[in-house]
Amino acid sequence: MKNILNIEIPDNLNGIGSLEPFQGAFTKLKKGWMEEKTVPPPNKAKMPHSSKLCKTLREAIEKTKPYSGMTVSFHHHLRGGDDIVVNSIRILAELGIKDITLASSSLTSAHDALLPFFKDGTITQVFSSGIRGELGKAIAQGVLPKPFVIHSHGGRVRCVHTGKIKIDLAIIAASAADEEGNATGTHGKSAFGSMGYATIDSWYAKQVVVVTDNIVDYPCVPQSITQNYIDYVVEVNSIGDPTKIAGGSTRITKAPMDLQIARLAANVIEKSGELKEGFSFQVGAGGASLAVAKYIRKIMKKTNTKGSFVLGGVTSVGVDMLNEGLFSSIFDVQSFDAEVSSSLMKNPYHIEIPAGVYANPFNCGCMTNKLDIVVLGALEIDTDFNVNVITGSEGYVRGASGGHSDTASGANLTVVVCPSFRGRIPIVKEKVHTIVTPGESIDVLVTERGICVNPNRPELKQNLIDGGIEVKDIHDLAKEVEGITGKAKPIETTDRIVGIVEYRDGTVIDVIRQVVE
Amino acid sequence: MVLKVKAQAGSFESSDILIMVEPVAKGTGRTIELKSIVMQQFGDDVLQQINRDLDHYNIDDIRIIVNDKGALPPTISARLETALKRSAQVQAGTLTK
Repeated sequence: MKNILNIEIPDNLNGIGSLEPFQGAFTKLKKGWMEEKTVPPPNKAKMPHSSKLCKTLREAIEKTKPYSGMTVSFHHHLRGGDDIVVNSIRILAELGIKDITLASSSLTSAHDALLPFFKDGTITQVFSSGIRGELGKAIAQGVLPKPFVIHSHGGRVRCVHTGKIKIDLAIIAASAADEEGNATGTHGKSAFGSMGYATIDSWYAKQVVVVTDNIVDYPCVPQSITQNYIDYVVEVNSIGDPTKIAGGSTRITKAPMDLQIARLAANVIEKSGELKEGFSFQVGAGGASLAVAKYIRKIMKKTNTKGSFVLGGVTSVGVDMLNEGLFSSIFDVQSFDAEVSSSLMKNPYHIEIPAGVYANPFNCGCMTNKLDIVVLGALEIDTDFNVNVITGSEGYVRGASGGHSDTASGANLTVVVCPSFRGRIPIVKEKVHTIVTPGESIDVLVTERGICVNPNRPELKQNLIDGGIEVKDIHDLAKEVEGITGKAKPIETTDRIVGIVEYRDGTVIDVIRQVVE
Repeated sequence: MVLKVKAQAGSFESSDILIMVEPVAKGTGRTIELKSIVMQQFGDDVLQQINRDLDHYNIDDIRIIVNDKGALPPTISARLETALKRSAQVQAGTLTK
C-alpha cells in the first residue's frame, strides 16, 4: 500500500503489527476524535506512612519485579549528561532480563554505551523521537530484531495513552525529589528544567521509580511529577554529568553562513505578515534556527511589537525575551540550558507543560495549534518541501523527529532554515532519504542561496515579493545545488525495513531500510 | 609535467582536501589512495576528476594520497594543481581548458 507521499508502506510489519499509511496532516484529525481507544492507567494503593525509599537503583528495579519482554521508559531531559538510562539497562541486564522494549522520549550520544545491550538481545526494540551516534549507525545496519519506531514528541503521548507503548516500568530522573516521589528538574546540582516528556510516563506506567541525586524535605516544590503516581524513590550519588546536563547558556552560532541564513529568515518573517502584535513564537535550538531569534528580537524592539507566548524547547534567548517584556509568557516542555531552569523556578510566567499539552494531536487542542511562527532546521529538504530530520547522508539514524512535525502542522508560518549544501552534501534535493515532516506543513525554505515558498501559499509569496524579497522556485534551487556538488550516489539499502517513522497521528509517513555496508 | 620531489597542498579542514603527490619511476603507473568523508556519495567522482586532471597534465606515473573532507570540484582541481606544481618545482601558470 502506498501512502499519500507515494511511499510503499507494508500492511503488516513483524514486531509492530498492522500499519496505517499516512494520508495527509489533518485527514485523521479533522474527524475530531480518535478511533483507537485510550487504555486505562493502572490502579494502585499504598498504606499511610509506608516508605517508598529504596537504598539503590538496583533495589528499586528488583522491587518492580522486572521480566523479559517488558517495556522500560525514560525521559531525555538530562540531554548529553544522562547516566540513568545506561545504568538502569545495565542493572536489568545483570538481572538476566532480555527482550526489553526501550521507550525513551529520545536518545542522545550519551547513550552509545547501550550498544552491547542492543547486540546481546537485552534490548530488542526501540521507541524514540531520536537516535544518534553509534546506536543510530547500528540500528540502521539492522542490529535489532524488531523494527524501531520514530515518533514525534506529541505522537509519543498518543502512543502511550493508546497503549501502542505499554510502559511496564518508568524510571524518571529528577534533580530534586522527596520521599514520596514529588519531583522536579528546576533545582539541585543537576537541574535540567522542565520534565514535560516524563509526565505521561508517570500517569500510565504500571510502575514508576523516581531517581534523584538530591532528596529534599517533604514536600518537594514545585511538583512537576506528583507522588500519587510514584511507586519507589531512590537517591543515587549522581544522575549524570552536571556539566553536560546543565551546561552554560546556549550560545548563538558564530558561523557566518548560519548567521546569514538567520538574517534572511528574520527578514522573511518580518515581511510575511505574521509578525504582528500578539504573535506566538518557537525556534529550534540548533545553528541557524536559534540565531533567527536574535534577529527577531531586534526587529521586535525596532518596530515595538510585543508577542504573546514562546513555546517549546526553551533556550536562554527565549528567557531574555521574556525578561525584556517582548513576550508575556513561556510554555516550556524542555529546557536547553541552566538559565532556563532557574527562570522556570522563579518566574511565574515561565510555565512547565507536559508533552501532551505541548503537542499531542489527540486531545482538545495542544499548544502547537496556537503557534503563529516556528523556525525549524532540516538535514534534507526535497522539491515537494518534505523534510528529513532523522537520517544522515549515509543512511544512518542521526537526528530526532522531536517537535518538528507537531509544530510545523500547527504554526501559521513554518520556516525551514538550512544551508543549501553542507560540505559536498546537497541538502536541497529532488528526493530526501526519509520523510519526517510532510511538505504540506512547510511554508517557506530559507537558504543562503535562495528563498523558496511552498506553492500552496501564494499569498505568502506575494507578501515576500512586495517586501522586496527575491523568491526562487525550489526546483531551480535544487538544480543549482546539484550543479555545484555533483549528483550524489543514492544510499544503498536492502529491502529489509529496520524502522518506521510515525507521523504524529500514528500513521506511517516513511520507513527506514537497512543500510548496505 | 615532470614531477621531481614529494609535495602537498590543501588541509584537513572541513570542505577542503589534502593532496600529497610523489614522483615514481617511469612505467609504474598511477597509484591513487583516496580517503573521503563522502566516499559513498562522491568517491567515484573524486577519482574520475583526479584522473582527468592528471590526463590534462600528461602525468602517467605518480603516487597520490588524497584525504578529502568534502571538497567541491573546483577545490579538488586547485589543490591537485598546486601539489603537482610544487612537486615539479614550477609555480607559474594555471589549469587552462
